[in-house]
Amino acid sequence: MHSPLRWGGDAEGGAPFVEADPANPAKVRGFDVEIASMIAQALHHDPVFVQVAWASIEASVERGDFSIGMSGVEDRPELRARHAVSIPYFEFREVLAVRFADSARYRTLADLARKRVATLGGTGAYQMLLDLQPRGGPVAISYDDDVHPYSDLVSGRVEAVLLDNIIAERSLKRTSGFYIQPVPVATGHYVAVLARADTALRDSVNAVLRARMRDGSLEKTLRAWNVWNDSEARYFARVLADSSGGNTASAAQGVRSVRSYLPALARAAAITLLLSCLAMALAVAVGIAVAAGRVYGSRVLRTPLAIYVEVIRGTPVLLQLFVLYYGLSGIVRLPAFLAAVLGLGLNYAAYESEIYRAALQAIPRSQLEAGRTLGLSEAQILRLVRGPQALRLALAPMTNDFVALLKDSSLVSVITVVELTKQTAIYATNIGSWVVPGLLCAAIYLAMSLPLSRLARRLERKWSHA
Amino acid sequence: MTQALDVRNVRASRGSQEVLRGVTIDVAPGEICALMGTSGAGKTTMLRAIAALGPFDSGSITVDGFELTPGVVPPESKLRVLRRSVGMVFQSQSLFEHLTVMDNVTLALIHALGWARDRSETEASALLTSLGVGHRASAYPRQLSGGEAQRVAIARALAPDPTLLLLDEPTSALDPARRGSLGEVLRALAKEGHALLISTHDVDFAEAFADRVAVLAKGVVAEEGSPREVLSDSTHADTRALLRSPSAEPRE
Repeated sequence: MHSPLRWGGDAEGGAPFVEADPANPAKVRGFDVEIASMIAQALHHDPVFVQVAWASIEASVERGDFSIGMSGVEDRPELRARHAVSIPYFEFREVLAVRFADSARYRTLADLARKRVATLGGTGAYQMLLDLQPRGGPVAISYDDDVHPYSDLVSGRVEAVLLDNIIAERSLKRTSGFYIQPVPVATGHYVAVLARADTALRDSVNAVLRARMRDGSLEKTLRAWNVWNDSEARYFARVLADSSGGNTASAAQGVRSVRSYLPALARAAAITLLLSCLAMALAVAVGIAVAAGRVYGSRVLRTPLAIYVEVIRGTPVLLQLFVLYYGLSGIVRLPAFLAAVLGLGLNYAAYESEIYRAALQAIPRSQLEAGRTLGLSEAQILRLVRGPQALRLALAPMTNDFVALLKDSSLVSVITVVELTKQTAIYATNIGSWVVPGLLCAAIYLAMSLPLSRLARRLERKWSHA
Repeated sequence: MTQALDVRNVRASRGSQEVLRGVTIDVAPGEICALMGTSGAGKTTMLRAIAALGPFDSGSITVDGFELTPGVVPPESKLRVLRRSVGMVFQSQSLFEHLTVMDNVTLALIHALGWARDRSETEASALLTSLGVGHRASAYPRQLSGGEAQRVAIARALAPDPTLLLLDEPTSALDPARRGSLGEVLRALAKEGHALLISTHDVDFAEAFADRVAVLAKGVVAEEGSPREVLSDSTHADTRALLRSPSAEPRE
């Protein structure tokens, strides 16, 4: 019995990196899993897998959740500046996937000027697209997973997908209907990432990796997972010849300065604010209609409205966003921002409707009767007497919900809308620290929500006529 | 002479209990009728039936020629004529808290009668001034005293110029001095030709300002006549009970 060596990866990333073993879902398999085992065994440890979200692998290894992170972790200068990084154990190619009809038209990134190109957020490919974007290059569309970029490519939401060849080839098995350009856009490397101070373990890992390259067992593993080819063989030969450590990433680029992220952050904050305001406007309008229907309507109307409210409130908004954006894409292909407004708006409408319903029912009957004896119609009583009074009662809980919506709007990053939290995460990943981006992001959220609360308090005071 | 209000043999229940068992009352234009009775005698049930806010089981109610039929209250769309003829002042006043005094009074003129705002405000101003609350036009209900709120509620009910004005316990929140001045206001309205039916258990008030008193007891009008006949020389047991009731005493 050896002591454990904890290593972290993301089983959601799937094969061939790390996936839940179909034969025993409690276990994981994949070439990263096998390489982690090789390392652990060579160092006389038992490998213990720790599940972690792919985008959090670096932060997680640094805070000590596990010793080694490897799950298709891409080598890049920022990574080396902040963590201990092994020699690359695999060379991949960034490839462009396009629809068959466009295979002649879109051969390289240069052919995709101002076109929407999808990729996985936080990857080298995403960074590459972002760097090109201000210079008239493609428009980068960031996804949180590597399945939907390809389904959106096929359905026409994006013009191309830039990701590594392993993901592209794997997706081709799942989603047909696109073509992978044979000429790679760039090459990159997978590495194991360790805590910055853990250089001793890093050196041991490097020694193991080099030994397994030399004795052919790494090649055997990669062959077993169908990711071996001639260029990989040439790459291994280069690494073994270069005793300096095969460190192919240059540090020339350096770490981006804080200031360079500010415009992107400001833009993301504007998106958050616009999205929240539109979604809230929709929620209020639909909420009022639903509440009025439930208070005034016949049973035929009340039942479906009650079902709507209960289903929406009883299921996660994340799921609703997925269904709206991806699930319905066969019927109606909503643009991401519109889907975000609809998803959040319709979700909050259910909550708002309950607030309005309670407020409508709280208006004393004598107020309605006074309206009737004056000769007002029921619709006029609702519009002129009951509604305005209910709105005053609803103001405080509505403000509360709007502030909650501002923050819930961060969920829409799953349907490719880059809002404030997503932009902050990108920024934090790039500079390798959450301190400055986190504080900045919190300050921006507060700057948006505090004036709102103040305004609501002012209105409440004005309406109290004390 | 045509009556502004003609109630014939009305029976009505509240829940499973029959509170009105054949009530007959009429009120002529220019007349103030006090509908008296102890708490629970059915005064409010009667007023609510006349205003078509609550149902009655049998009999008939005719307001200014419009006949209400027994059974469930008809929808508002069928009550247009009645609404124009009947104004109601609630015991709690029920002013619209979110509107100024002016907007409370003009609401029916603008939205039910379709008058222009200018004309409505001129009318409302005159009405509020005649009731002594013209200076409170821009106040909100919560800023008013009990007496002011009562007058604003009367102005609101009077604005569409109804033939019949119903007042439910109008003196309950007023001190004796204000009761007197409210009585003067109501007398002036009767003089203009409005018919007033006032539910009250305030004996002094009825004695001082009503033309006629009807005492409601055991679900029927037990005694009816001029205030002097009914309230001063009554030999009727139910009226004596009313005169002795605790709610009538504190003023003695």
